[in-house]
Amino acid sequence: MLSTFLAVIRRDLMLAFRQRMDVINTLVFFVVVVTIVPLGVGADPNLLRAIAPGVVWVAALLAAVLSLQRLFASDYQDGTLEQMLLAGEPLAVIVLGKVVAHWLVTGIPVTAISILLALMFDIDEDAAMTLCLSLAAGTPVLSFLGAVGASLTLSLRGAGVLISLLVLPLYIPVLILGAGAAEAVASGLDGTPYLLLLAALSLLAMVLTPWAIAAALRISVE
Amino acid sequence: MAAEGAGINWYKYSAPHTFYPLAGRLIPWFAGLALAFCLIGLYIGFFVAPTEARQGEAYRIIFIHVPAAWMSMFIYVVMAFWAALGLAFNTRLSSMMASALAPTGALMTFIALWTGALWGRPTWGTYWVWDARLTSELILLFLYFGFLALEAAIEDTRRADRACAVLALVGVVNVPIIYFSVKWWNTLHQGATISLESAPKMATTMFAGMGMLALGFWMYCIAAALHRVRSIILERERRADWVREVT
Repeated sequence: MLSTFLAVIRRDLMLAFRQRMDVINTLVFFVVVVTIVPLGVGADPNLLRAIAPGVVWVAALLAAVLSLQRLFASDYQDGTLEQMLLAGEPLAVIVLGKVVAHWLVTGIPVTAISILLALMFDIDEDAAMTLCLSLAAGTPVLSFLGAVGASLTLSLRGAGVLISLLVLPLYIPVLILGAGAAEAVASGLDGTPYLLLLAALSLLAMVLTPWAIAAALRISVE
Repeated sequence: MAAEGAGINWYKYSAPHTFYPLAGRLIPWFAGLALAFCLIGLYIGFFVAPTEARQGEAYRIIFIHVPAAWMSMFIYVVMAFWAALGLAFNTRLSSMMASALAPTGALMTFIALWTGALWGRPTWGTYWVWDARLTSELILLFLYFGFLALEAAIEDTRRADRACAVLALVGVVNVPIIYFSVKWWNTLHQGATISLESAPKMATTMFAGMGMLALGFWMYCIAAALHRVRSIILERERRADWVREVT
């Protein structure tokens, strides 16, 4: 099972590397959304410092939602997904591999870029570090819950918007905890409880969602 | 098939064509109970229950707001239950019941939000407060919309039923997580000025009025769902002979 898992990850990473623009587009979208917020609310440094964690997290949510459609779509179109359903390996393992690959390609770059964005908002170093850690701990949930949405809406007309409608309400606890972590540190409190809870949610998602995703894939592909 | 001399066949009504007439017979009873309970509850709420100490007469909207909120949450769980049964046992009627409940649940959620906003204006001076419960209720409305949207987006009914069932189950697991995280968020961000107390300290009459209306709403929701499921049955089973005889 481990070899299947690693093979799926390697395949998805290779495919993502060949289609680099898809990945880069998502990250650029993330940066653009974060950039236009100050243009909308004004450049008051105190205001920006206060809203920075929330803005970065909301942009991360939106970028995650945008990137979800391609998680299963191309495999579905060329029939690979059907082969995965028929394979002898447990579908949950294959799904786990795909979602982990998605996180490696979306979540980790978002986490890395967030440090630069934190500079743009002039939040202090501890808060910036906490923001980065919160993204690292929280983006796996985004990938896993998002994959549930992507698998349910596979090949549907208007799937892009539908995914956001289905998945964003489920993302709300992650948003609250993630933004709360950096805000707590910025106010001088300890951010560790938030980070631990985010990590707990990630582990929970990692364990429970592959079955839901596998069930949804079987339903969608028939 | 029932064994010779067996007792009640519990599964008799799990087929659409037997449930359809049963639902038709039940609807007037539930509608009547709903009307009765609502009238009694409204009478108690508006004429018997005393004026509240802090909020005056404006508090009386809780007699609508709280039962609607209770029903919105209850229906979501019931909807998830039927959807799960439909997914597990592949029974058409269970999924039809889940689909029938969703709009009623969404309506209850909307009523709870709207009456909550109307309650807020005279008491806190603002229509919307990022109170934990109101915010969670809004998120619940989005969850209902997601269910309805997914159902509408998928043309094949069986795939729609099963996909919505998975969504409902994921939602039901997430609702407690969402509620507690929003509650936590609210305690962190809440300004000191606005503090939403739960319903004011309950006089017995207030509680009685609310209980009556809660029962009334419950009966209404059952009647509405049964009525809607009859339409859904007719629509989905339209090619069956018994439907042609009925319509």
